[in-house]
Amino acid sequence: MTELLSCDVTVIGAGPAGLAAALEADRQGAKTLLVEREARLGGILKQCIHDGFGLVRFGEKLSGPEYAERFIAQLPESGVTIMTLSFVSNIERTDGGSLLTLITRDGMKRVRTRSLVLATGCRERTSRQIGVHGRHCAGVFTAGTAQYYTNILGKLPTRRCVILGSGDIGLIMARRLTLEGAKVVGVYEAKPTPSGLTRNISQCLWDFDIPLHTSKTVTRVFGDARLTAVEISSVDDCMCPIHGTEEIVPCDALILSVGLIPENELAESIGVPLDPKTKGAIVDERNETLTGGVFACGNALHVNDLVDYVSESGETAGRAAAQRETKRRGLLPVECDTSLLYVVPQRIDRNADLAERIFFFRSSAELDSATLSVSRGGQTLLTKKYAHLRPPEMERLALSIEGIQLSGEEPIRFHLEGTSHA
Amino acid sequence: MRDTIHLDPPKEIVCIECPNGCRILAEPSESGVRFSGYRCKRGLAYAEAELTRPMRTLTTSVRTVFADSPVVSVRTDGEIEKAMIRDVIDALGRIVVTRRIRIGDVVAENVCGSGVNIVCTSDRLVNAY
Repeated sequence: MTELLSCDVTVIGAGPAGLAAALEADRQGAKTLLVEREARLGGILKQCIHDGFGLVRFGEKLSGPEYAERFIAQLPESGVTIMTLSFVSNIERTDGGSLLTLITRDGMKRVRTRSLVLATGCRERTSRQIGVHGRHCAGVFTAGTAQYYTNILGKLPTRRCVILGSGDIGLIMARRLTLEGAKVVGVYEAKPTPSGLTRNISQCLWDFDIPLHTSKTVTRVFGDARLTAVEISSVDDCMCPIHGTEEIVPCDALILSVGLIPENELAESIGVPLDPKTKGAIVDERNETLTGGVFACGNALHVNDLVDYVSESGETAGRAAAQRETKRRGLLPVECDTSLLYVVPQRIDRNADLAERIFFFRSSAELDSATLSVSRGGQTLLTKKYAHLRPPEMERLALSIEGIQLSGEEPIRFHLEGTSHA
Repeated sequence: MRDTIHLDPPKEIVCIECPNGCRILAEPSESGVRFSGYRCKRGLAYAEAELTRPMRTLTTSVRTVFADSPVVSVRTDGEIEKAMIRDVIDALGRIVVTRRIRIGDVVAENVCGSGVNIVCTSDRLVNAY
């Protein structure tokens, strides 16, 4: 007989979003279960040993493990039930919520839960997804895998490497591998501008004289058992390699930092509608998806650059998931034009009893002296000026709804204007 | 300390104190150096230090004797001179942790005479999960 557990809120994933969600749901009095497939809590923070985490939330520059510990340390005194080494293999929607099937060390378990919080994080884009050609040899790693080898296993995955992509993890790993004695030949970015935070380019590359090459990409890899070299080509405005610009760079590893994609396999299995812009669920301001009783937060919702906002997003979801009384939602769409990459949440609930709504957005292009306008119908709800906006740097915006008429079906629109950065 | 600072052309310094990543411009002026573009006093202090004695917090890992965690993460408990990073890394390469230490425990005191300690930044050696 399969054991059947019952709870109010089940949180899937014990990274920063899931930890915050579970603790908040527990504080709200919900019987809460936290499910983690790994042996340890903390998610990706376990291997992010660099500092800079927690400046917004704690006013301190913490390392990833230290940041995670601030939350993990609260668990013993909370009522949260923790299940590690447990994998959710199936979700069924029922009248009262969801029925989960879990594979655990003690065999299969079933969990009946009123609310479900998806805190499943994101995954790294791999070489398959960016079309790197050549031999299937060892030595092609995502930056996160290289980070796991270096910081958790204590094994250096390379002596001399090329990093493709200038995402933050790639920049962090350029510095990390250099400190551990590897030679980072260079960071190559197909786009004309780097993807990572400006301060990471400064402290991870310039501090260690690691060159950054923009508008260049890896077009081929060479090697039999192990990678021996990569071919680098310049790319044109459409990111297509330019024939005749190829150069061969000897190295024993190619490390990829070419983007993160929200992980939503479980969300899709129960038909939660996703936003093609974020590749995460469409949610309202309480992080409830369009599937009632199912919530999403953290990097599963949209890829964040600051963990502080991931925790906030988890708390938002946990608080809402814990609420027993659910009012009928009156969802209004939140839309953005091409001046923004995306806005989250994509809906607001006109029936929600909230003084202000928190939005996260990214600009499509690098802009100087930009003005954000939020409007509905012909009415401007808010304008805000920004000295500088970059797509890699997410912005958080609090919008007060007090005194604003939310009747009708008219969407809320986000629009940016500004001068293109020289 | 450097005797002279070359600011022709003006030097752009990217502040690493917070996610804002302010671009601070250092230009020569009659009274020395004029800084612009910073948004807080920490940024100004960072820019000033960058021109004279750049300081960094170092985060890295050290080896342990434990099979479940062959390395544990550490950092300096204050800032060290940027120029000292390589020496400190080399010194830490000679350390092996033999106790189940936790966050804040000192792994090396006054490392390389810098006046700062190396402290553990993870509870993975003591946590059950």
